[in-house]
Amino acid sequence: MNVGAELPGLSVQVTRDQLVRYAGASLDFNPIHWNERFAKEVGLPDVIAHGMLTMALGARMVTDWVGDPGRVVEYGVRFTRPVVVPDDAEGALVEFTGKVGEVRDDGTARVDITAKFDGKTVLGKAQAVVRVSG
Amino acid sequence: MPLDPSFIGRTYPPTSTYEVSRAKIAEFADAIGDDSPLYRDPAAAEAAGYPDVIAPPTFLTIINLASINAIVADPELGLDYSRMVHGDQRFIHHRPVRAGDELRLTTHIDDIFVRAGNDFLSVHADIETVEGEPVCTTHAQLVVRGE
Repeated sequence: MNVGAELPGLSVQVTRDQLVRYAGASLDFNPIHWNERFAKEVGLPDVIAHGMLTMALGARMVTDWVGDPGRVVEYGVRFTRPVVVPDDAEGALVEFTGKVGEVRDDGTARVDITAKFDGKTVLGKAQAVVRVSG
Repeated sequence: MPLDPSFIGRTYPPTSTYEVSRAKIAEFADAIGDDSPLYRDPAAAEAAGYPDVIAPPTFLTIINLASINAIVADPELGLDYSRMVHGDQRFIHHRPVRAGDELRLTTHIDDIFVRAGNDFLSVHADIETVEGEPVCTTHAQLVVRGE
């Protein structure tokens, strides 16, 4: 494993359908994630995706790459911009890329993740530490 | 009204025990579109060295967000929930979460401060089994947008 190595990217069309499903699975029923009227009342352009869903999808790219999800020992992100999800079949396209930022002596590596929606990053300082040996 | 800084250092002990089920792990994996057999097939999990199916890295948001919501609902803290956004989130896994785990969560308020007219609240939670085995530590920052 080398610093700078790129992970296979992941592109996800996040739809309203997926937001409802994720709300139920995560027990996060905040109406800004499914109720357009409510979202607009609080000043959002439309329904937005759960930041935690975007975070989970970023982890999926890492676990697809590392194989065993149990090797993710640390994972953190900042939520910098909302992913606005229109009420149509395509939803919002979120594109994830990642590369190895550091290989450590303790058998772990740091993966730096980028998540883009509408040409802009929606996660900041998104980093996962994975156990790559042992 | 700014948040009450006297809440810094406050600890919220566990109020319930959360039992991780195979069904909830599979439901969560479905919701994030992840088809890994380690989330669904106990035999596959066992072959990978786990006693049962394991959970995705952000699965504990289920109990973590609930605990945060319980804190921010405290009227004495003075937080306007309608203006609150999740600033950041981190999970430090001491071992993978797995089906059958009975987990208890203790939340701590680490910091409260004002920056650029917004209130910031930093919390962390220690999640361990009922036997006292550490499973995960979570850190979150919540931002209450200024009026």
